[in-house]
Amino acid sequence: MAARAQGLILAVALAAGAAAGAQPAARIVSLVPALTEMLFAIGAGPQVAAVSNYDDFPPEVKTLPHVGALLDPDVERILALRPDLVITYKSQDALEAQLAGAGIKTFSYRHGNLDALFRTMHDLGAATGHPAGAAGKAEEIRQQLEAVRARVAGRGRPRVLLVFGREPQTLRQLYVSGGAGFLHEMLDIAGGTNVFGDVRRESVQPSQETLLARAPDVILEVRATRPVLGTEVGRERAVWSALPSVPAVRTGRIHFLNGDHLVVPGPRIGAVTEAFARAIHPEAFQ
Amino acid sequence: MTGPSSAVVRVDAAPQPIRLRLTFTLLGYGALALLACLVAPLVGSTPISVSRAFDRSVPFADNIDAQIFFLARMPRVLAGAVVGAALASAGVVLQALLRNPLATPFTLGISAGAALGAMLAISAGAAVALGPISSVPLASLAGAFLATALVYALATRPGRPMSTAVLLLAGVTLNSFFSALILFVQYMADFAEAYRTVRWLMGDLDVGGFGPIAGILPLVLVAFALFATLPSSLNLLSVGADIAATRGVDVARTERRAFLSAALATSAAVALAGPIGFIGIVVPHLVRLMTGADHRVVLPASALFGAAFLVGCDLVARTVLAPVEMPVGIVTAMIGGPFFLWLLVRKA
Repeated sequence: MAARAQGLILAVALAAGAAAGAQPAARIVSLVPALTEMLFAIGAGPQVAAVSNYDDFPPEVKTLPHVGALLDPDVERILALRPDLVITYKSQDALEAQLAGAGIKTFSYRHGNLDALFRTMHDLGAATGHPAGAAGKAEEIRQQLEAVRARVAGRGRPRVLLVFGREPQTLRQLYVSGGAGFLHEMLDIAGGTNVFGDVRRESVQPSQETLLARAPDVILEVRATRPVLGTEVGRERAVWSALPSVPAVRTGRIHFLNGDHLVVPGPRIGAVTEAFARAIHPEAFQ
Repeated sequence: MTGPSSAVVRVDAAPQPIRLRLTFTLLGYGALALLACLVAPLVGSTPISVSRAFDRSVPFADNIDAQIFFLARMPRVLAGAVVGAALASAGVVLQALLRNPLATPFTLGISAGAALGAMLAISAGAAVALGPISSVPLASLAGAFLATALVYALATRPGRPMSTAVLLLAGVTLNSFFSALILFVQYMADFAEAYRTVRWLMGDLDVGGFGPIAGILPLVLVAFALFATLPSSLNLLSVGADIAATRGVDVARTERRAFLSAALATSAAVALAGPIGFIGIVVPHLVRLMTGADHRVVLPASALFGAAFLVGCDLVARTVLAPVEMPVGIVTAMIGGPFFLWLLVRKA
């Protein structure tokens, strides 16, 4: 008897899930900050019911419930919010299975390059009932990127080292962009040649020797979490003088860009690409 | 039991050849270490011209070969030699002190304390420095000293010799305790920092110049000065504390000295390069298999062989996947493990 009742409930739940799949999601929980930004950018902001612990943009998300993140999603709270769509990371298999069991659809996100970003935006528009909003936003970003590309066209393409992690005050534990991923592609649009472009990985940990050998003309240090400000700029810049033959060190072309938006593959990449271009080709923006 | 005691008997029965054996062993292992340190800077991910590296007519600021040789490779080779020697010697001393062939420099919780310090510094993004020592090595030294003090306090009672059983148990327990705290810090850190902490645990000899090596060198030198006073006492101590005492060894003093010197060497090595595994256990055993168990030979030979071994492993680590690097701790285990097993099987 109990088993039959359970089966009935499951069937109803599945039917409800299937029915929900036919129409756009009305209550969305997003565990991926980049996609939360996209939702608001394409006009699906009012449908967002909760976000991840790492979300802080746009400002509207600050008042929404925060329900965990990649490693620690709060399944109970997510279920209690009764969403009809949960945006998850591709690796959150267990969570996706649990949500499927509750008849809740998931939108699996896999981190990738710029093409993947536009594809994600398109799919997100379709899933949330904002295909036009998504297409419009994608076009706007494409135009921003093209504007940057046009701005630096015909200029030299300096060899750039794009750093996104380093132990403060030393050149140890360096993480730089390899020749894959959205940061590498944005660097390319911004008119720079990635010195590690031949290494087909998103992140490379170069030794001092490789840094000397690759001899970048410009060093861009992206600081997502701990900004380099005031007197620190001089101190952190001086760290690089340990490698005196590197052209960027000799000419002082070492730039620090602060802000966590710099490493988010979301709707703000146009502005970030322009920031890269301004650092690499300041003369093009005078 | 038969291994160490037969070594003692051999030493007692034939006191004369030891000087000769020591000379030959040190010459052999010294030559190996020297060779490793001379060859390693010549090889790397980038081909360089050695003659151009030493060409004084080109200004240093323009001489990339010289910079790669002197700024990138020499500090690494030196760091490898210092860390390899320190970890291997600490392993020898702790195996004798604890009378346990499985003891390593990381058994007593000192490296876990160092790791906890490093994790905290990485996740806090601290940017304080003490001379050439930057925040992460500094915090890891502090953690190592804290762990040393804790283990020491637990294992000693006023007026009584140190209890090696308590020392071992306290060390192992402290290891687990610190590991839990490390996991907690990693769990609370954001992605990038959590990954950096994991990377730190794999060990890294790209120390970024001579400064950091110079910073920890005084600690290593003090440790080695203490090591130099130990071998004869360790020979007797590894048979048993009672036997050592009847032969005139000041057991309490020797044990204290052995513990503190090994702790100091471990702290310095881990602060500089992270907890590079396998050296502290494989090198002492390899050397014992080749030279016998007399600590007067084993200790200096292990220091030299440890230096050569780590410099060699780092050479592999920085060239095999070039331009990407392999963490050196992975190489030490992948080379050291099979080599050790092969020697073990061949001898047996």
